[in-house]
Amino acid sequence: MDVVAKSIIRVKGLSKKFEEVQAVDSVDFSICEGELFGFLGPNGAGKTTTINMLTGLARPDKGSIRIQGIDCSANPKAAQHLMGIVPDESNLYPELTGYENLAFCGALYGMKRQSRESRARQLLEQFGLADAANRKFARYSKGMKRKLTIAAGIVHSPPILFLDEPTTGIDVASARQIRQLIYDLNAGGTTIFLTTHYIEEAERLCRRIAFIVSGKIVRTDTTDNLMRLTEGRHIVQFALSKDIEGLASAMEKEFPGIKCRELIGATVRIESGKPIFIGPFVKFMEDRGAEVSEARKIRPSLEDVFVEITGIEAHAMKGEKEKGDNSK
Amino acid sequence: MKSNTAFWSILLKDTRSYYLKPPNISWGIIFPLAWTGMFFMRSGQGLDSIPGLLPGVVAISVLFGTTSLLSVTITFEKKGRSFERLLLAPISLELLMLAKTTGAIIFGIVNAFVPVIMAAFFTDLSGVNWITLIPAIVLIAISSTFLGLFVAVSVSEVFEAQTFSNFIRFPMLFLCGLFFPIEQLPVFLKPLSYIMPLTYGADILHFSFQRAGHMPLAFNFFMLIAFCTILFQMSLRNIRRNWIL
Repeated sequence: MDVVAKSIIRVKGLSKKFEEVQAVDSVDFSICEGELFGFLGPNGAGKTTTINMLTGLARPDKGSIRIQGIDCSANPKAAQHLMGIVPDESNLYPELTGYENLAFCGALYGMKRQSRESRARQLLEQFGLADAANRKFARYSKGMKRKLTIAAGIVHSPPILFLDEPTTGIDVASARQIRQLIYDLNAGGTTIFLTTHYIEEAERLCRRIAFIVSGKIVRTDTTDNLMRLTEGRHIVQFALSKDIEGLASAMEKEFPGIKCRELIGATVRIESGKPIFIGPFVKFMEDRGAEVSEARKIRPSLEDVFVEITGIEAHAMKGEKEKGDNSK
Repeated sequence: MKSNTAFWSILLKDTRSYYLKPPNISWGIIFPLAWTGMFFMRSGQGLDSIPGLLPGVVAISVLFGTTSLLSVTITFEKKGRSFERLLLAPISLELLMLAKTTGAIIFGIVNAFVPVIMAAFFTDLSGVNWITLIPAIVLIAISSTFLGLFVAVSVSEVFEAQTFSNFIRFPMLFLCGLFFPIEQLPVFLKPLSYIMPLTYGADILHFSFQRAGHMPLAFNFFMLIAFCTILFQMSLRNIRRNWIL
Protein backbone atom coordinates (compact mmCIF):
# COMPACT_ATOMS: atom_id res chain seq x y z
CA MET A 1 0.00 0.00 0.00
CA ASP A 2 1.28 3.43 -0.85
CA VAL A 3 0.98 5.02 2.57
CA VAL A 4 2.28 8.47 1.69
CA ALA A 5 0.34 9.00 -1.53
CA LYS A 6 -3.13 8.26 -0.14
CA SER A 7 -2.64 9.26 3.47
CA ILE A 8 -5.56 11.09 5.07
CA ILE A 9 -3.76 11.55 8.41
CA ARG A 10 -0.05 12.36 8.59
CA VAL A 11 1.71 12.72 11.90
CA LYS A 12 5.36 13.69 12.18
CA GLY A 13 7.53 13.98 15.27
CA LEU A 14 4.56 14.38 17.60
CA SER A 15 5.61 14.94 21.21
CA LYS A 16 3.84 15.89 24.40
CA LYS A 17 5.15 16.22 27.93
CA PHE A 18 3.09 16.59 31.12
CA GLU A 19 5.38 18.04 33.76
CA GLU A 20 8.12 15.39 34.05
CA VAL A 21 6.28 12.68 32.10
CA GLN A 22 6.99 12.35 28.38
CA ALA A 23 3.52 11.13 27.40
CA VAL A 24 4.19 11.01 23.64
CA ASP A 25 7.69 10.99 22.22
CA SER A 26 8.44 11.75 18.55
CA VAL A 27 5.59 9.72 17.14
CA ASP A 28 5.32 9.34 13.33
CA PHE A 29 2.64 7.56 11.34
CA SER A 30 0.40 7.94 8.32
CA ILE A 31 -3.07 6.56 7.82
CA CYS A 32 -4.55 5.87 4.43
CA GLU A 33 -8.04 6.80 3.33
CA GLY A 34 -10.46 3.99 4.18
CA GLU A 35 -7.97 2.26 6.46
CA LEU A 36 -8.71 0.80 9.89
CA PHE A 37 -5.56 1.65 11.82
CA GLY A 38 -4.95 0.20 15.26
CA PHE A 39 -3.03 1.96 17.98
CA LEU A 40 -2.12 -0.66 20.50
CA GLY A 41 -0.44 -0.21 23.82
CA PRO A 42 -0.78 -0.63 27.56
CA ASN A 43 -2.51 1.80 29.86
CA GLY A 44 -0.53 5.04 30.06
CA ALA A 45 1.36 4.34 26.83
CA GLY A 46 0.20 7.62 25.27
CA LYS A 47 -2.76 6.43 23.19
CA THR A 48 -5.34 8.85 24.57
CA THR A 49 -2.87 11.75 24.58
CA THR A 50 -2.17 11.05 20.90
CA ILE A 51 -5.91 11.01 20.12
CA ASN A 52 -6.38 14.22 22.08
CA MET A 53 -3.68 15.92 20.04
CA LEU A 54 -5.13 14.61 16.78
CA THR A 55 -8.61 15.82 17.64
CA GLY A 56 -7.67 19.20 19.11
CA LEU A 57 -8.15 18.51 22.82
CA ALA A 58 -4.44 18.78 23.51
CA ARG A 59 -1.67 20.88 22.02
CA PRO A 60 1.47 19.11 20.83
CA ASP A 61 4.78 20.39 22.22
CA LYS A 62 6.46 19.41 18.97
CA GLY A 63 5.58 17.88 15.65
CA SER A 64 2.93 18.27 13.02
CA ILE A 65 -0.49 16.77 12.33
CA ARG A 66 -2.12 17.01 8.93
CA ILE A 67 -5.61 15.72 8.37
CA GLN A 68 -6.68 15.77 4.72
CA GLY A 69 -3.92 18.29 4.20
CA ILE A 70 -5.17 20.64 6.95
CA ASP A 71 -2.54 21.67 9.48
CA CYS A 72 -4.30 20.83 12.75
CA SER A 73 -2.06 23.04 14.88
CA ALA A 74 -2.86 26.10 12.77
CA ASN A 75 -6.50 25.33 12.08
CA PRO A 76 -7.92 22.71 14.44
CA LYS A 77 -11.54 23.75 13.91
CA ALA A 78 -11.36 23.14 10.14
CA ALA A 79 -10.07 19.63 10.78
CA GLN A 80 -12.77 18.94 13.38
CA HIS A 81 -15.41 19.07 10.62
CA LEU A 82 -13.80 15.97 9.14
CA MET A 83 -13.70 13.82 12.23
CA GLY A 84 -15.98 11.94 14.54
CA ILE A 85 -14.70 11.26 18.01
CA VAL A 86 -15.69 8.50 20.39
CA PRO A 87 -13.89 8.98 23.71
CA ASP A 88 -12.91 6.19 26.08
CA GLU A 89 -15.84 7.08 28.35
CA SER A 90 -19.40 7.63 27.17
CA ASN A 91 -19.86 11.37 27.51
CA LEU A 92 -23.31 12.13 26.20
CA TYR A 93 -25.89 14.12 28.15
CA PRO A 94 -27.57 12.02 30.84
CA GLU A 95 -30.66 14.22 30.93
CA LEU A 96 -31.35 13.88 27.19
CA THR A 97 -32.89 10.86 25.48
CA GLY A 98 -30.92 8.80 23.00
CA TYR A 99 -32.70 10.50 20.13
CA GLU A 100 -32.19 13.99 21.57
CA ASN A 101 -28.49 13.30 22.15
CA LEU A 102 -27.96 12.31 18.53
CA ALA A 103 -29.96 15.24 17.18
CA PHE A 104 -28.02 17.62 19.44
CA CYS A 105 -24.66 16.21 18.30
CA GLY A 106 -25.77 16.66 14.70
CA ALA A 107 -26.59 20.30 15.44
CA LEU A 108 -23.09 20.85 16.85
CA TYR A 109 -21.81 20.02 13.36
CA GLY A 110 -24.27 22.44 11.76
CA MET A 111 -26.69 19.84 10.41
CA LYS A 112 -30.12 21.23 9.55
CA ARG A 113 -33.03 20.14 11.73
CA GLN A 114 -34.63 17.78 9.20
CA SER A 115 -31.41 16.03 8.23
CA ARG A 116 -30.17 15.61 11.81
CA GLU A 117 -33.52 14.25 12.96
CA SER A 118 -33.74 11.71 10.16
CA ARG A 119 -30.07 10.77 10.66
CA ALA A 120 -30.68 10.28 14.40
CA ARG A 121 -33.59 7.95 13.68
CA GLN A 122 -31.55 6.06 11.08
CA LEU A 123 -28.61 5.56 13.47
CA LEU A 124 -30.84 4.43 16.33
CA GLU A 125 -32.25 1.83 13.98
CA GLN A 126 -28.80 0.81 12.67
CA PHE A 127 -27.35 0.46 16.18
CA GLY A 128 -30.31 -1.49 17.50
CA LEU A 129 -31.37 1.28 19.86
CA ALA A 130 -34.68 2.27 18.25
CA ASP A 131 -36.68 0.88 21.18
CA ALA A 132 -34.66 3.01 23.60
CA ALA A 133 -34.81 6.17 21.48
CA ASN A 134 -36.96 8.05 23.96
CA ARG A 135 -35.25 6.75 27.08
CA LYS A 136 -32.90 9.09 28.94
CA PHE A 137 -29.21 8.34 28.33
CA ALA A 138 -28.67 8.03 32.10
CA ARG A 139 -30.93 4.96 32.06
CA TYR A 140 -29.04 3.17 29.28
CA SER A 141 -26.92 0.10 30.05
CA LYS A 142 -23.15 0.40 29.63
CA GLY A 143 -23.20 -1.39 26.28
CA MET A 144 -26.06 0.77 25.02
CA LYS A 145 -24.19 3.89 26.15
CA ARG A 146 -21.12 2.84 24.17
CA LYS A 147 -23.21 2.18 21.08
CA LEU A 148 -24.98 5.53 21.32
CA THR A 149 -21.64 7.28 21.87
CA ILE A 150 -20.31 5.69 18.68
CA ALA A 151 -23.50 6.70 16.86
CA ALA A 152 -23.00 10.27 18.12
CA GLY A 153 -19.48 10.18 16.70
CA ILE A 154 -20.73 9.43 13.20
CA VAL A 155 -23.96 11.43 13.21
CA HIS A 156 -22.45 13.97 10.78
CA SER A 157 -21.03 11.19 8.55
CA PRO A 158 -17.37 12.13 9.03
CA PRO A 159 -14.74 10.62 6.73
CA ILE A 160 -12.52 9.90 9.77
CA LEU A 161 -13.54 8.31 13.05
CA PHE A 162 -11.39 8.22 16.19
CA LEU A 163 -12.34 5.41 18.55
CA ASP A 164 -10.68 5.38 21.93
CA GLU A 165 -11.01 1.98 23.65
CA PRO A 166 -14.54 1.38 22.29
CA THR A 167 -15.13 -2.00 23.94
CA THR A 168 -13.48 -1.51 27.32
CA GLY A 169 -15.62 -2.42 30.30
CA ILE A 170 -18.66 -3.72 28.45
CA ASP A 171 -20.22 -7.18 28.21
CA VAL A 172 -19.11 -9.70 25.60
CA ALA A 173 -22.29 -9.50 23.51
CA SER A 174 -22.18 -5.70 23.30
CA ALA A 175 -18.46 -5.80 22.50
CA ARG A 176 -19.14 -8.18 19.62
CA GLN A 177 -21.88 -5.94 18.29
CA ILE A 178 -19.63 -2.91 18.52
CA ARG A 179 -16.81 -4.71 16.68
CA GLN A 180 -19.27 -5.58 13.91
CA LEU A 181 -20.41 -1.95 13.76
CA ILE A 182 -16.80 -0.79 13.49
CA TYR A 183 -16.15 -3.31 10.76
CA ASP A 184 -19.27 -2.21 8.85
CA LEU A 185 -18.38 1.47 9.19
CA ASN A 186 -14.93 0.81 7.79
CA ALA A 187 -16.39 -1.30 4.99
CA GLY A 188 -18.57 1.71 4.16
CA GLY A 189 -15.44 3.81 3.58
CA THR A 190 -14.86 5.52 6.94
CA THR A 191 -11.22 5.79 7.92
CA ILE A 192 -10.92 4.56 11.49
CA PHE A 193 -8.23 5.25 14.08
CA LEU A 194 -8.76 2.72 16.83
CA THR A 195 -6.92 2.67 20.13
CA THR A 196 -7.27 -0.46 22.16
CA HIS A 197 -5.49 -2.61 24.67
CA TYR A 198 -7.35 -5.72 23.46
CA ILE A 199 -4.85 -7.35 21.16
CA GLU A 200 -7.32 -9.82 19.70
CA GLU A 201 -9.64 -6.91 18.85
CA ALA A 202 -6.86 -5.17 16.95
CA GLU A 203 -5.89 -8.43 15.23
CA ARG A 204 -9.45 -9.07 14.13
CA LEU A 205 -10.28 -5.55 12.94
CA CYS A 206 -7.19 -3.62 11.90
CA ARG A 207 -5.35 -3.64 8.62
CA ARG A 208 -2.34 -1.90 10.11
CA ILE A 209 -1.21 -1.59 13.68
CA ALA A 210 1.21 0.61 15.60
CA PHE A 211 2.51 -0.63 18.93
CA ILE A 212 3.06 2.23 21.36
CA VAL A 213 4.93 1.83 24.63
CA SER A 214 5.93 4.64 27.01
CA GLY A 215 4.99 7.27 24.43
CA LYS A 216 7.08 5.77 21.62
CA ILE A 217 5.96 3.77 18.64
CA VAL A 218 8.02 0.61 18.68
CA ARG A 219 6.62 -0.88 15.49
CA THR A 220 4.12 -0.03 12.77
CA ASP A 221 3.19 -2.63 10.20
CA THR A 222 0.31 -4.39 8.51
CA THR A 223 -1.38 -7.06 10.57
CA ASP A 224 -0.36 -9.62 7.93
CA ASN A 225 3.30 -8.65 8.18
CA LEU A 226 3.19 -8.74 11.94
CA MET A 227 1.59 -12.15 11.89
CA ARG A 228 4.31 -13.34 9.50
CA LEU A 229 6.73 -12.91 12.39
CA THR A 230 5.04 -15.89 14.00
CA GLU A 231 5.53 -18.19 10.99
CA GLY A 232 7.43 -21.36 11.84
CA ARG A 233 6.93 -20.75 15.52
CA HIS A 234 5.50 -23.50 17.70
CA ILE A 235 3.80 -22.84 20.99
CA VAL A 236 2.58 -25.24 23.64
CA GLN A 237 0.86 -24.16 26.82
CA PHE A 238 0.92 -26.33 29.95
CA ALA A 239 -1.56 -26.08 32.80
CA LEU A 240 0.05 -27.12 36.10
CA SER A 241 -1.30 -28.13 39.49
CA LYS A 242 0.73 -25.35 41.16
CA ASP A 243 3.17 -22.52 40.51
CA ILE A 244 6.86 -23.42 40.66
CA GLU A 245 9.24 -20.60 41.33
CA GLY A 246 11.93 -20.10 38.69
CA LEU A 247 10.46 -22.77 36.41
CA ALA A 248 10.78 -20.74 33.21
CA SER A 249 14.49 -19.99 33.59
CA ALA A 250 15.19 -23.59 34.68
CA MET A 251 13.48 -24.93 31.56
CA GLU A 252 15.30 -22.55 29.25
CA LYS A 253 18.56 -23.75 30.79
CA GLU A 254 17.58 -27.41 30.45
CA PHE A 255 16.19 -27.14 26.91
CA PRO A 256 18.31 -24.70 24.89
CA GLY A 257 16.52 -23.01 21.97
CA ILE A 258 13.17 -22.66 23.66
CA LYS A 259 11.56 -19.61 25.19
CA CYS A 260 9.57 -20.20 28.31
CA ARG A 261 7.13 -17.84 30.02
CA GLU A 262 5.20 -18.28 33.22
CA LEU A 263 1.65 -16.99 32.88
CA ILE A 264 -0.88 -16.28 35.57
CA GLY A 265 -2.82 -19.23 37.01
CA ALA A 266 -0.02 -21.83 37.15
CA THR A 267 0.39 -21.87 33.40
CA VAL A 268 3.62 -22.14 31.43
CA ARG A 269 4.06 -21.35 27.76
CA ILE A 270 6.87 -22.77 25.67
CA GLU A 271 7.87 -21.37 22.31
CA SER A 272 10.28 -22.87 19.85
CA GLY A 273 11.30 -22.60 16.22
CA LYS A 274 11.02 -26.40 15.98
CA PRO A 275 8.08 -28.74 16.67
CA ILE A 276 7.67 -29.32 20.41
CA PHE A 277 7.49 -32.85 21.79
CA ILE A 278 5.84 -32.55 25.16
CA GLY A 279 7.17 -35.68 26.90
CA PRO A 280 10.48 -34.29 28.22
CA PHE A 281 8.79 -31.08 29.36
CA VAL A 282 6.05 -32.91 31.25
CA LYS A 283 8.65 -35.06 32.95
CA PHE A 284 10.76 -32.02 33.83
CA MET A 285 7.81 -30.31 35.48
CA GLU A 286 6.60 -33.41 37.28
CA ASP A 287 10.09 -33.96 38.64
CA ARG A 288 9.72 -30.56 40.27
CA GLY A 289 6.49 -31.50 42.01
CA ALA A 290 3.88 -30.09 39.64
CA GLU A 291 1.36 -32.27 37.87
CA VAL A 292 0.56 -31.34 34.28
CA SER A 293 -3.20 -31.31 33.82
CA GLU A 294 -3.26 -30.06 30.26
CA ALA A 295 -0.89 -29.47 27.33
CA ARG A 296 -2.34 -27.43 24.50
CA LYS A 297 -0.91 -26.42 21.15
CA ILE A 298 -1.47 -22.71 20.64
CA ARG A 299 -1.78 -20.97 17.30
CA PRO A 300 0.63 -18.03 17.41
CA SER A 301 -1.28 -14.77 17.65
CA LEU A 302 -0.67 -11.07 17.48
CA GLU A 303 -0.40 -11.22 21.26
CA ASP A 304 2.83 -13.21 20.87
CA VAL A 305 4.15 -10.65 18.41
CA PHE A 306 3.21 -7.85 20.78
CA VAL A 307 4.95 -9.55 23.70
CA GLU A 308 8.04 -10.19 21.63
CA ILE A 309 8.27 -6.64 20.30
CA THR A 310 7.32 -4.73 23.42
CA GLY A 311 8.39 -7.09 26.18
CA ILE A 312 5.05 -6.44 27.89
CA GLU A 313 2.88 -9.35 28.92
CA ALA A 314 -0.55 -9.03 27.33
CA HIS A 315 -2.41 -10.20 30.41
CA ALA A 316 -0.60 -7.57 32.47
CA MET A 317 -1.71 -4.91 30.00
CA LYS A 318 -5.35 -6.03 30.18
CA GLY A 319 -5.36 -6.40 33.93
CA GLU A 320 -3.87 -2.95 34.42
CA LYS A 321 -6.53 -1.26 32.32
CA GLU A 322 -9.43 -3.15 33.81
CA LYS A 323 -8.17 -2.41 37.30
CA GLY A 324 -8.30 1.25 36.28
CA ASP A 325 -11.82 0.89 34.91
CA ASN A 326 -13.07 -0.72 38.08
CA SER A 327 -11.61 1.95 40.24
CA LYS A 328 -13.45 4.69 38.30
CA MET B 1 -24.85 29.47 9.23
CA LYS B 2 -23.54 26.14 10.56
CA SER B 3 -22.23 27.92 13.64
CA ASN B 4 -25.65 29.52 14.16
CA THR B 5 -27.24 26.08 14.26
CA ALA B 6 -24.75 24.96 16.89
CA PHE B 7 -25.22 28.17 18.91
CA TRP B 8 -29.01 27.91 19.06
CA SER B 9 -28.92 24.19 19.79
CA ILE B 10 -26.58 24.64 22.75
CA LEU B 11 -28.67 27.53 24.05
CA LEU B 12 -31.93 25.60 23.67
CA LYS B 13 -30.50 22.46 25.25
CA ASP B 14 -29.18 24.38 28.26
CA THR B 15 -32.42 26.31 28.64
CA ARG B 16 -34.45 23.12 28.65
CA SER B 17 -31.99 21.08 30.70
CA TYR B 18 -31.19 23.67 33.34
CA TYR B 19 -33.08 26.95 33.31
CA LEU B 20 -36.60 25.69 32.62
CA LYS B 21 -36.45 22.96 35.22
CA PRO B 22 -39.20 23.50 37.86
CA PRO B 23 -36.76 23.93 40.79
CA ASN B 24 -34.90 26.64 38.92
CA ILE B 25 -38.07 28.45 37.84
CA SER B 26 -39.31 28.45 41.42
CA TRP B 27 -35.85 29.56 42.61
CA GLY B 28 -35.91 32.35 40.03
CA ILE B 29 -39.27 33.61 41.31
CA ILE B 30 -39.11 32.80 45.01
CA PHE B 31 -35.61 34.12 45.58
CA PRO B 32 -36.31 37.70 44.37
CA LEU B 33 -39.71 37.58 46.12
CA ALA B 34 -38.09 36.58 49.40
CA TRP B 35 -35.43 39.28 49.14
CA THR B 36 -38.01 41.93 48.27
CA GLY B 37 -40.28 40.91 51.14
CA MET B 38 -37.38 40.79 53.58
CA PHE B 39 -36.06 44.24 52.71
CA PHE B 40 -39.59 45.67 52.60
CA MET B 41 -40.36 44.48 56.12
CA ARG B 42 -36.92 45.44 57.38
CA SER B 43 -37.26 49.02 56.09
CA GLY B 44 -40.49 49.58 58.06
CA GLN B 45 -41.25 52.61 55.92
CA GLY B 46 -44.24 51.28 54.04
CA LEU B 47 -44.75 51.33 50.31
CA ASP B 48 -42.77 54.54 49.84
CA SER B 49 -39.58 52.62 50.55
CA ILE B 50 -39.99 50.34 47.52
CA PRO B 51 -38.09 52.47 44.94
CA GLY B 52 -35.21 52.65 47.42
CA LEU B 53 -35.20 48.88 47.85
CA LEU B 54 -35.44 48.00 44.19
CA PRO B 55 -31.79 48.62 43.16
CA GLY B 56 -30.55 46.16 45.80
CA VAL B 57 -33.18 43.54 45.14
CA VAL B 58 -32.78 43.73 41.36
CA ALA B 59 -28.99 43.46 41.66
CA ILE B 60 -29.18 40.48 44.02
CA SER B 61 -31.69 38.74 41.79
CA VAL B 62 -29.47 39.13 38.73
CA LEU B 63 -26.26 38.25 40.53
CA PHE B 64 -27.59 35.05 42.10
CA GLY B 65 -29.73 34.12 39.12
CA THR B 66 -26.79 34.20 36.74
CA THR B 67 -23.93 32.88 38.81
CA SER B 68 -25.66 30.10 40.77
CA LEU B 69 -26.51 27.84 37.87
CA LEU B 70 -23.82 28.61 35.34
CA SER B 71 -20.78 27.93 37.50
CA VAL B 72 -22.26 24.64 38.65
CA THR B 73 -23.50 23.42 35.26
CA ILE B 74 -20.22 24.07 33.47
CA THR B 75 -18.20 22.41 36.23
CA PHE B 76 -20.65 19.51 36.19
CA GLU B 77 -20.38 19.09 32.40
CA LYS B 78 -16.61 19.35 32.57
CA LYS B 79 -16.47 16.67 35.22
CA GLY B 80 -18.85 14.42 33.29
CA ARG B 81 -16.74 15.04 30.18
CA SER B 82 -19.73 16.13 28.11
CA PHE B 83 -18.08 19.54 27.86
CA GLU B 84 -15.32 17.84 25.82
CA ARG B 85 -17.94 17.11 23.20
CA LEU B 86 -18.54 20.85 22.85
CA LEU B 87 -14.82 21.63 22.73
CA LEU B 88 -14.44 19.08 19.92
CA ALA B 89 -17.26 20.57 17.86
CA PRO B 90 -16.14 22.66 14.89
CA ILE B 91 -17.26 25.98 16.37
CA SER B 92 -15.05 28.70 17.78
CA LEU B 93 -14.45 28.77 21.52
CA GLU B 94 -15.86 32.31 21.65
CA LEU B 95 -19.16 31.26 20.08
CA LEU B 96 -19.32 28.13 22.21
CA MET B 97 -18.92 30.08 25.44
CA LEU B 98 -21.42 32.70 24.29
CA ALA B 99 -23.89 29.89 23.64
CA LYS B 100 -23.20 28.43 27.10
CA THR B 101 -23.65 31.80 28.82
CA THR B 102 -26.61 33.26 26.93
CA GLY B 103 -29.08 31.06 28.83
CA ALA B 104 -27.74 32.34 32.16
CA ILE B 105 -27.86 35.94 30.93
CA ILE B 106 -31.51 35.61 29.91
CA PHE B 107 -32.32 33.83 33.19
CA GLY B 108 -30.67 36.70 35.11
CA ILE B 109 -32.59 39.35 33.16
CA VAL B 110 -35.90 37.57 33.75
CA ASN B 111 -35.06 37.30 37.47
CA ALA B 112 -34.35 41.02 37.58
CA PHE B 113 -37.82 41.88 36.36
CA VAL B 114 -39.59 39.74 38.96
CA PRO B 115 -39.18 42.35 41.75
CA VAL B 116 -39.79 45.21 39.29
CA ILE B 117 -43.10 43.70 38.14
CA MET B 118 -44.07 43.00 41.75
CA ALA B 119 -43.24 46.56 42.75
CA ALA B 120 -45.43 47.88 39.93
CA PHE B 121 -48.49 46.51 41.78
CA PHE B 122 -47.68 48.45 44.95
CA THR B 123 -46.07 51.68 43.91
CA ASP B 124 -45.86 54.15 41.09
CA LEU B 125 -42.88 53.39 38.85
CA SER B 126 -43.49 56.21 36.41
CA GLY B 127 -40.36 57.96 37.68
CA VAL B 128 -38.12 55.06 36.72
CA ASN B 129 -35.64 55.81 33.95
CA TRP B 130 -36.18 52.74 31.77
CA ILE B 131 -33.66 53.91 29.16
CA THR B 132 -30.84 53.46 31.65
CA LEU B 133 -32.44 50.66 33.70
CA ILE B 134 -32.89 48.11 30.91
CA PRO B 135 -29.33 48.32 29.49
CA ALA B 136 -28.00 48.35 33.06
CA ILE B 137 -29.86 45.12 33.90
CA VAL B 138 -28.61 43.54 30.68
CA LEU B 139 -25.01 44.57 31.40
CA ILE B 140 -25.18 43.46 35.05
CA ALA B 141 -26.56 40.13 33.86
CA ILE B 142 -23.74 39.75 31.31
CA SER B 143 -20.96 40.74 33.71
CA SER B 144 -22.36 38.52 36.49
CA THR B 145 -22.69 35.61 34.07
CA PHE B 146 -19.11 36.05 32.90
CA LEU B 147 -18.06 36.20 36.53
CA GLY B 148 -19.83 32.86 37.02
CA LEU B 149 -18.06 31.57 33.91
CA PHE B 150 -14.73 32.71 35.27
CA VAL B 151 -15.44 30.84 38.51
CA ALA B 152 -16.49 27.73 36.58
CA VAL B 153 -13.34 27.58 34.49
CA SER B 154 -11.09 28.25 37.47
CA VAL B 155 -12.15 25.21 39.52
CA SER B 156 -12.56 21.53 38.88
CA GLU B 157 -15.17 20.40 41.41
CA VAL B 158 -18.81 21.45 41.75
CA PHE B 159 -18.42 22.22 45.47
CA GLU B 160 -15.41 24.42 44.66
CA ALA B 161 -17.54 26.36 42.19
CA GLN B 162 -20.18 26.99 44.85
CA THR B 163 -17.61 27.99 47.47
CA PHE B 164 -15.70 30.25 45.11
CA SER B 165 -18.95 31.85 43.89
CA ASN B 166 -20.01 32.71 47.43
CA PHE B 167 -16.54 33.96 48.25
CA ILE B 168 -17.01 36.55 45.50
CA ARG B 169 -20.75 37.20 45.64
CA PHE B 170 -21.30 38.02 49.30
CA PRO B 171 -18.46 40.55 49.74
CA MET B 172 -19.55 42.08 46.43
CA LEU B 173 -23.12 42.61 47.71
CA PHE B 174 -21.92 44.51 50.74
CA LEU B 175 -19.13 46.45 49.08
CA CYS B 176 -20.80 47.57 45.86
CA GLY B 177 -22.77 50.43 47.38
CA LEU B 178 -26.18 48.77 47.27
CA PHE B 179 -26.75 48.74 51.01
CA PHE B 180 -24.04 51.05 52.33
CA PRO B 181 -22.77 54.04 50.35
CA ILE B 182 -19.19 53.43 49.21
CA GLU B 183 -18.16 56.75 50.79
CA GLN B 184 -19.04 55.33 54.21
CA LEU B 185 -16.86 52.23 53.78
CA PRO B 186 -13.50 52.07 55.60
CA VAL B 187 -10.68 53.45 53.46
CA PHE B 188 -8.99 50.07 53.04
CA LEU B 189 -12.21 48.52 51.62
CA LYS B 190 -12.91 51.26 49.09
CA PRO B 191 -10.43 50.03 46.44
CA LEU B 192 -12.13 46.63 46.59
CA SER B 193 -15.45 48.27 45.72
CA TYR B 194 -14.03 49.74 42.56
CA ILE B 195 -12.76 46.43 41.22
CA MET B 196 -16.25 44.93 41.37
CA PRO B 197 -18.51 45.16 38.33
CA LEU B 198 -21.63 45.36 40.48
CA THR B 199 -20.47 48.70 41.94
CA TYR B 200 -20.99 50.35 38.56
CA GLY B 201 -24.20 48.44 37.90
CA ALA B 202 -25.59 49.39 41.30
CA ASP B 203 -24.80 53.04 40.66
CA ILE B 204 -26.83 52.96 37.42
CA LEU B 205 -29.67 51.18 39.24
CA HIS B 206 -29.68 53.88 41.94
CA PHE B 207 -29.83 56.48 39.20
CA SER B 208 -32.58 54.67 37.32
CA PHE B 209 -34.87 54.21 40.32
CA GLN B 210 -34.02 57.27 42.45
CA ARG B 211 -31.87 59.60 40.31
CA ALA B 212 -29.21 59.05 42.95
CA GLY B 213 -26.12 57.84 41.10
CA HIS B 214 -22.68 58.99 42.24
CA MET B 215 -20.57 58.37 39.18
CA PRO B 216 -21.14 59.59 35.61
CA LEU B 217 -23.50 57.25 33.73
CA ALA B 218 -21.20 56.94 30.73
CA PHE B 219 -18.33 55.93 33.00
CA ASN B 220 -20.51 53.29 34.71
CA PHE B 221 -21.56 51.80 31.38
CA PHE B 222 -17.99 51.87 30.13
CA MET B 223 -16.77 50.06 33.25
CA LEU B 224 -19.47 47.39 32.97
CA ILE B 225 -18.59 46.76 29.32
CA ALA B 226 -14.90 46.64 30.26
CA PHE B 227 -15.59 44.07 33.02
CA CYS B 228 -17.66 41.96 30.60
CA THR B 229 -14.84 41.96 28.06
CA ILE B 230 -12.08 41.25 30.58
CA LEU B 231 -13.96 38.46 32.40
CA PHE B 232 -14.92 36.78 29.12
CA GLN B 233 -11.38 36.97 27.75
CA MET B 234 -9.90 35.70 31.03
CA SER B 235 -12.34 32.77 31.01
CA LEU B 236 -11.41 31.88 27.42
CA ARG B 237 -7.74 32.09 28.36
CA ASN B 238 -8.28 29.76 31.30
CA ILE B 239 -10.12 27.25 29.12
CA ARG B 240 -7.38 27.32 26.49
CA ARG B 241 -4.69 26.92 29.15
CA ASN B 242 -6.33 24.42 31.46
CA TRP B 243 -8.84 22.46 29.43
CA ILE B 244 -7.05 22.20 26.08
CA LEU B 245 -3.84 20.84 27.50
